[in-house]
Parts: sequence; structure tokens; C-alpha cells
Amino acid sequence: MNSKNFFISAALCTLAGAVAGAQTPGVLSVADPAKLNVPRGGELTGSLKLQLQPGYHVNSNSPNEEYLIPMRLTWDSTAVETVSVQYPKPITEKSDFSEKPLSVFTGDFEILTKFRRAPKASPGPGFLHGKLRYQACNDKMCLPPKTLEVKVPLLVE
Amino acid sequence: MRFRVMCALTAALLALSIGGCVSQNFRDEIQIEVKPASKRNPAPDFEVKDANGQAFHLADYKGKVVLLNFWATWCGPCKVEIPWFIEFEKNYKDRGFAVVGVSLDDDGWDAVKPYIESRKMNYRVALGSMQIERLYGGGEGIQSLPTSFVIDRDGKIADVHVGLISRNDYQNELEELLH
Repeated sequence: MNSKNFFISAALCTLAGAVAGAQTPGVLSVADPAKLNVPRGGELTGSLKLQLQPGYHVNSNSPNEEYLIPMRLTWDSTAVETVSVQYPKPITEKSDFSEKPLSVFTGDFEILTKFRRAPKASPGPGFLHGKLRYQACNDKMCLPPKTLEVKVPLLVE
Repeated sequence: MRFRVMCALTAALLALSIGGCVSQNFRDEIQIEVKPASKRNPAPDFEVKDANGQAFHLADYKGKVVLLNFWATWCGPCKVEIPWFIEFEKNYKDRGFAVVGVSLDDDGWDAVKPYIESRKMNYRVALGSMQIERLYGGGEGIQSLPTSFVIDRDGKIADVHVGLISRNDYQNELEELLH
């Protein structure tokens, strides 16, 4: 290997080492949500697609142990009202640190929310703001609870 | 030339990924040991109040071996360690040892006090703050729980454990420092 190639390899190693050694402040990522068109009548469904780093789990919305922090998605908007939030079916996972199997989400999953137009909604574009509270662990450690801010573009018809 | 550079990059990435796997496996197998005394840094001092409202400094423990454990009631792996620490406190107290638990629960004593009582925790527990977290975890604070610092009699950090390790690993380190 000549000196240039060696330098590139060394730089790559350093960069990868820095990434591998870094803390994991956010193991859960949210895909950009699709724009919501709010009709005059009826309900609409919004989807939030999430991706969790391999090896980690987040507690489901209904954990089996009282001390665990559940996942919670809440919305705040003057244009729509939340009818219901539908979390995916949780996975039951055995853990070394819990007598009861854990109720968790892992990998890629989706949360659906049913909305209806708010009575005082003004027609036109806007944003729907959401907060996703979660707490992630792997089999050796847990990360502090986090709240992700979600912003969904919408158009009130 | 470009082809050779690409080959070198590919080889470097491959070596890196294999190396990462090997070193991870190696880490799982190696015996955990305290740092040599000459390489230990001082444990930063802080003042906190315990569950009885009594203020204390970490520096008050100088002359003792201390296991400083950052934990939270919502942390499953932390729950595994607590019975070990209760036992260590009981067995090693007379040899100059103490466990100091620092809870990072957002709900404060409302969450922590009932937990202390239900688990019959016999060691001192305090509530953490961002200031203490930064002293021990840098700018972002403590990012993973449990995180434990094993502190020698001179108030220096002999080892740090991020995540759950075995009871025996803790015990071996404490025995070495208490010797």
C-alpha cells in the first residue's frame, strides 16, 4: 500500500472508531411523515414510521412492569382532533433483567393516528405537532427517556 | 490508480468490520481489572442530599473504597445490580467500603423513595443533577444506565463500567481495592 492509500485507510479507521465509540443519544429515528389532507367531514389516518437501531428495544405503550416507561404519542393542533392512536402489536421478549417477559417494539414499526377536523379549523396549510416519548434499552443498558418532536405538514380543505 | 485506491478503501472497511467484531468478542472474554494506580484520575467531588435530607460530599468518603452507581427506577439492568450492591455494602462496610447510588429519575424522590423502601436498599442514595452528570459523563451527561465508577481509597477512579457487568467482576475489583 502506498502512502496515499495508507493515509485514506487510517483516516477511515479513525472516523469509524470515533463513530463506534460514540454514545447513542438517539437510537430511534422517525421517517419524514407524509402531508395530511384534512377533509371537511369524516376521519383521516396519519402514519408515523419509526426505525430502531438493531439490538435495542423500546417499551411498548403497555409495558408489563409498572416501573417501565411506556411509549406515548401525543398531538397538538388547532386544525385536527385526535380520535385514537394505534400502536403496533408489541413483541414479547424475555430479558435477563425482568422476571416477566417485556412488552416491546423493535426494528421498524409504525404508529397510526386517526384524526378528525377540529370544529374551528381554518382552511389552508399548516403543521401538526406531535411528541413521541420513549425509553430504549438493550440487554446490558438503558438510555434516558427521550421525547422526539414530530412535525407533520397538513392542508385543511 | 483510482482502482487501487478503491481496493484499499474496501479492504480497510472490511478489516475494520472484522476487527470490530473480534475486539467486541475479545472484550466479552477479557477479565475486568482496575486501572494501575498511576493511571487513575481523581473522582470529581459534588454535594448532594440523601433520602433523609442529609447533605454530603463525595469527598467525605476519602479513605474508603466507593462504588458510585448512576441508576434509575425505570432501568431494568440497574435493577439486577441492586441486590449485589446491598450485599457488598453489608459485607464490606467494615473494611472501609460504601456504595453511593445517584438516581437520575426525573420524578425525583416521589419515584425513588418508594423504590428504596421496596428493595430494602441499605446504602446511601442521592438524586442526580445535570451538574453531577456533566462531572462524570461530559457535556451531554450520563448517557447510559447503569454507569458505575469504582473509586479507590485516595478518591481516584479505578474503573468505570457502562452497562451491566457480572457480580463477580465487581467483587474482584472491590476485593483488590480493599486488600
